[in-house]
Amino acid sequence: MTDEAKQEHHVGDEFEREPVPKSAWLGFKSFIGQYAGEHCAGTELMIGPLFVAAGVSAFDVIGGLFVGNLLAVLSWMFLCAPIAVRARLTLYYQLEKICGKHMVILYNLANGIMFCFLAGSMITVSATAVGVWFDFPMPALSDVMPNSIGWVMAVLVVGALISVVAAFGYKMVARFANIAAPWMVLVFLAFGLIGARQFIAASGSSLSEMGGIWGLANEIWKGGDPLPGQVKFTFWHVTFFAWFCNMAMHIGMSDLSVFRFAKKSWYGAASASGMYVGHFMAWLAASILYALQLHIDPANTDVLPGPLAYKACGIAGLICVIIAGWTTANPTIYRAGLAFQAIMPKVSRFKVTLATGAIATLAGVFPGIAMKLLGFVAIYGMVLMPMGAIIFVDFWLFDRLGLKKNYAEQCGINFNWIPLVTWVSVCSVCAWLAQTGRVQIFFVSLPGWFAAAVLYIVLSKLFQKKEISS
Amino acid sequence: MRKALQTVSVLSLLMTIVPSVMFLSGAVELAQVKLLMIFATVVWFAATPFWMGKKVSS
Repeated sequence: MTDEAKQEHHVGDEFEREPVPKSAWLGFKSFIGQYAGEHCAGTELMIGPLFVAAGVSAFDVIGGLFVGNLLAVLSWMFLCAPIAVRARLTLYYQLEKICGKHMVILYNLANGIMFCFLAGSMITVSATAVGVWFDFPMPALSDVMPNSIGWVMAVLVVGALISVVAAFGYKMVARFANIAAPWMVLVFLAFGLIGARQFIAASGSSLSEMGGIWGLANEIWKGGDPLPGQVKFTFWHVTFFAWFCNMAMHIGMSDLSVFRFAKKSWYGAASASGMYVGHFMAWLAASILYALQLHIDPANTDVLPGPLAYKACGIAGLICVIIAGWTTANPTIYRAGLAFQAIMPKVSRFKVTLATGAIATLAGVFPGIAMKLLGFVAIYGMVLMPMGAIIFVDFWLFDRLGLKKNYAEQCGINFNWIPLVTWVSVCSVCAWLAQTGRVQIFFVSLPGWFAAAVLYIVLSKLFQKKEISS
Repeated sequence: MRKALQTVSVLSLLMTIVPSVMFLSGAVELAQVKLLMIFATVVWFAATPFWMGKKVSS
């Protein structure tokens, strides 16, 4: 299958309102490449260092990433893919059947806004590479607002370029991203290898004196107190973060749109390529570079992927940062544009994508989003998670409970308020728990999923029958 | 031609990662690693678009 065709499938342009026919099903290899490329992104260069800033220890980060990524892969395999290969519908069409057209608009709005902020942080990452060339003051770890005209200009220029390309030539960049992916993965690996060697040299000892590889790991990820303004990360924080950072995609069922093309549900295992290349190797490699920076100068707490990559790999490192940010911001802006366009179908996709890019660029100007990326990613998962629970119980449990599946479709209604009440209630309670410090944002989504499932069943039991009888 | 380009691409990938492995073992200096990596980058992006994602001609 050609890359263009793969990309069309990926963004859900085909078979939007019908099950994917057997002739369009894809093999296991298609998913391995897609996940490996998609999860080796510019944001990995922020997340790795932020783990070090959060004071993780070697066991916590390595063990936590191993377990958390495994749980993420299992979530794709056993929650998302089984529904995808049975229904073979996009997330949006599946939601429309359950919730009604108008309710899906609200979901699109939430999804689009989240995508904008995510793309904004990718633009931020790319702009840090520009800062190496033009040497303007760049934001510090604690900065929320932009701190120099140079920074603002760099983000605006990078964001404008990415937005225009996303609006004009999405497929060209998608093809470029596929070509860059194998090279990018190896540059990420080189970051880690070079950083490890430099760390040993900066320590003035040898690997054997440090106690071997594990001794070196304990020097890199020392644990202890987090940097000021950061949340302390333990094994459980790392595990839950790795599990839930793509929660919108697996538990939230966004990747129904991807796996509807899979021949078998176990193809969900292909997500392991993305998790263990991007969310294990790349995060650890990027965190080694930041640990080295702190080791050499503890006062330099800036998390700036551009300078970090340049010191390790020179121009090739800088190119990697720019490409990693650009190739992942591009589809993110495009998807956000698609989500918004569903709300305003009369406006052209070109205009919507440009406007979406402008919002993402504006978000990228404020470094607070990228510097607090760990928390933002957790919020992103939490906001979209209840819809995944709704789809799950609707698909698997409603028949057994004597409830009507795909209620909006069966009743011919455009707005099913039961999912809306479930969604808003669960998100509100989760946000309140996190805001008041009762449960940290990284953990709140797990009980939130069960709460959403139970609430949706209870509300459906109470109100479905009445509406049908009336 | 396709096979030749694929070989060049594989060699450029090796040139991307091997220098950093050698640096880890102390066999080369960082300046050499950076030079080899940028050279490998140029070769990769020059060779790969001509075969990756293109249909194999029968």
